[in-house]
Amino acid sequence: MKITPIIGIEVHVELKTNSKMFCGCPADHFGKDPNTQTCPVCLGLPGALPVPNEKAIEYCIKIGLALNCKINSQSKFDRKQYFYPDLSKGYQISQYDEPFCTDGYIVLDSGKRVGIERVHMEEDTGKLQHLILEGKKVSLIDYNRSGVPLVEIVSRPDISSSIEAKEYLKKIHEIIKAIGVSSADMEKGQMRLEPTVNVCLEDEHGSHYTPLVEIKNINSFNFASAAIDFEVTRQTEEFKKTGVEKSATNKTTRGYDSIKKITFLQRTKEEAKDYRYFPEPDIPPYIIENELIDKLKSELPELPDQVIVKLIEKGIESKYAKILYANPESLAVINKFNGDSEIEIPKLANLIANKKIDIAGDVKGEYLKATKIGNTNIDELEGVIEKIITDNPGIVAEYRKGKINVAGFFIGQAMKETKGQADPRTLNQVVIRLLNK
Amino acid sequence: MKQLHELGIKEIHDGYLNKSFTCVDLVKHFQNRIDKYNQKLNIYLALNDNALKEAETIDKEISENGISKPLLGIPFAVKDNFLTEGIETTASSNILKGFMPQYESTVTQKIKEAGAIILGKTNMDSFAHGSSTETSDFGPTVNPWNIEKLPGGSSGGSAAAISAQLATVALGSETAGSIRQPSAWCGVTGFKPTYGRVSRYGVIAMASSTDSPGPICKSVEDCAIVTSIIAGRDNKDATTCPSPVEKYYESLYSPDLRGLRIGIVKEYLLPEMRDDVKNIILAAADKLRLLGATVEEISLLDPHYSIGVYTVIQRSEVSSNLARFDSIRFGHDRNFFCEETKRRIMLGTYTLSAGYYDAFYKKAQLVRTKIVNEFKETFNTYDAIIGAVSPGPAQSIGVSKKQPMYGEMEDILLEPSSIAGLTSIGLPCGYVDGLPIGLQITGHQLKESTVLKIADCYQRNTNFQLFPDLEKIL
Repeated sequence: MKITPIIGIEVHVELKTNSKMFCGCPADHFGKDPNTQTCPVCLGLPGALPVPNEKAIEYCIKIGLALNCKINSQSKFDRKQYFYPDLSKGYQISQYDEPFCTDGYIVLDSGKRVGIERVHMEEDTGKLQHLILEGKKVSLIDYNRSGVPLVEIVSRPDISSSIEAKEYLKKIHEIIKAIGVSSADMEKGQMRLEPTVNVCLEDEHGSHYTPLVEIKNINSFNFASAAIDFEVTRQTEEFKKTGVEKSATNKTTRGYDSIKKITFLQRTKEEAKDYRYFPEPDIPPYIIENELIDKLKSELPELPDQVIVKLIEKGIESKYAKILYANPESLAVINKFNGDSEIEIPKLANLIANKKIDIAGDVKGEYLKATKIGNTNIDELEGVIEKIITDNPGIVAEYRKGKINVAGFFIGQAMKETKGQADPRTLNQVVIRLLNK
Repeated sequence: MKQLHELGIKEIHDGYLNKSFTCVDLVKHFQNRIDKYNQKLNIYLALNDNALKEAETIDKEISENGISKPLLGIPFAVKDNFLTEGIETTASSNILKGFMPQYESTVTQKIKEAGAIILGKTNMDSFAHGSSTETSDFGPTVNPWNIEKLPGGSSGGSAAAISAQLATVALGSETAGSIRQPSAWCGVTGFKPTYGRVSRYGVIAMASSTDSPGPICKSVEDCAIVTSIIAGRDNKDATTCPSPVEKYYESLYSPDLRGLRIGIVKEYLLPEMRDDVKNIILAAADKLRLLGATVEEISLLDPHYSIGVYTVIQRSEVSSNLARFDSIRFGHDRNFFCEETKRRIMLGTYTLSAGYYDAFYKKAQLVRTKIVNEFKETFNTYDAIIGAVSPGPAQSIGVSKKQPMYGEMEDILLEPSSIAGLTSIGLPCGYVDGLPIGLQITGHQLKESTVLKIADCYQRNTNFQLFPDLEKIL
């Protein structure tokens, strides 16, 4: 039986704007005393009205642009209605059928495209804390997070393994950080992951699809990967036992227990909500002008893939290019010595990626030391080559007549003399220089 | 000589300047009247304990700087859905009983900054759900013209406060008729500015896409003065309009209405309307002709369509707007919603539910666009349209209880202009059975000046600014 996982992922990203999505309260809520960053709007007091944060909308569009999305000229906010104690208004302001960005994609290293269905703007909820106070079980609500701008990135179900899922997520993470719209700190909950997983099982009778499972609120790439693997196995076994296939009514929601490394049932479709979306009457619809899109495009920095491609074009191996990209200090060193005649960038990259050079120290000195031939320095190498030249005047004459490939003879001899320790490229340069003298 | 409660804004300011009376005199005078009549009329739900103190400060200000602010020392009655810091605000619902607002609505903030004194908060239909003030959890307000009659609603307390002269000016809010209809039934002047002209920030939402705060006054002139203050772009309300606010009173005092084209809507003279009411409206049309306007009969979509559109959209928005009263933060649980509110939440929840959204909400929005476009076309030719405010005079207490669609039927002539976001005024134009009848004058969006000009000219040339004699009635 052939087993193919089908995975789509929703990613929530908290934006690092100064203020919240619909009011003037500070958006940076991490570690603040409970309910110290609230106002009538984010508390959902009667009569309070939302006024959209234009910066957040620009950030959302930037994410869309970085993910190759189409930016819709017309867009609007909608109310998504459900009851939960941390939801102050009884609805979340989100976007339903006219999000800011649609139809984007990300290219994995294999060349496979993962489609992005939409990138939309919404607001975060408050936070519940279940505590025991003076011997009593209590649930407390902190509204500091209520109304913090959130962007939701929804992929198409194009991902077919936990490895691809992880690569997709890492790419999203890098892009978000590169464009500077969010710190995307997973531990602070600034990026939250919700994979939806099911499995296609093929046997001689045809294809069977297991029921959809949405895994809620994961905060690490490894957990996401582990949760997906767990689900693929669980769903496959479940199908073998019950034969239940995906239907319009049997989607379930599960949580992930990172300690037990299992997923657990949270909600079945019967309990699923009808969100009763309708256009938010407190916020007029948006017309996104081309000028704004052009302005935001021009503000985008080089994206991770573009930077990596440029490194590869310099001759750096792709695995090293990625390591360097992940560390801005290393990347800065590469850029600093780019064009230095004494330094070969691919070699420097190799040394940095393998941690053979302390990038905080004397990089050039260390580089030269590390690249010299055995115990021989350039002067010694020149001596060796000059001796071979002197010993073989006939071959030198051939070279000088224009038979330049005889240079290989001198390189081979010199390599032999240095017991293969010489750096071929340096050796090559020195031989050519001396032959042309 | 007029008594203090009979004075309009300009007359009060003249009195202050002539030192005929002080602000403390005026506030005390109103407080005495409130003491005397409020129990029977049930107009005020909460009173401002600081009113006299504020009046003292204002008297000092006047003695030092004269009338430096446009509403200085003007006593206001404020509908109980405007949040007022330090004064209990309930929207006449038990669920909010005891709610002390933590912030001030933009409109009340503006009138305060302009020097006004809030006397107290007025009764209304609970959460503005109704056209009778009978759905209030704190008992109905009665009509000062006849205590067996309803004042209309939902701003019934505010309209009755002006009719009974328990304040100089009142603030109301209208979702579809809630300013104009009670003004008509109480025989006072109520002005609904264009949707988005006056900020909704701090007004407990009914239907967000049509809620329009506005003044209820003795005269068009006072309405114009107050609207000039409360209108304008508000950074806290994204639906407010950025265009500059006109000085509305500058359009007043026109000697005639020459050059204006006014349509009288054939469909708004409903077949079920009493002849004497119809004749009053036709007489008002004749008066406008006498004043120089061209008045022609025009035809618009049957207003019954608007009832369907309005009912669906309003209930949908209500069901969403009231979701925050989930008993987590405002004290009381949802059992404290009144029957009418529960009915509206249920209907609205239904019309937004999966599978019904397209059939109800979406279709209603399509028809709404059609109505908006029809008005747009009409106002290409006409400066204003007129009709009755409501099909008849004030109805008897208790009538709304048996009819879930009572309010919609009473507001049939007002709902089209509300769902199109137009500006409109209701003002007295005659009497039947000893009860006032209201004329509505409606203009295109942002044509407040035109509407006020016509209404002011009509009011100055007619004699319908009458007030009931409470001593005889109560």
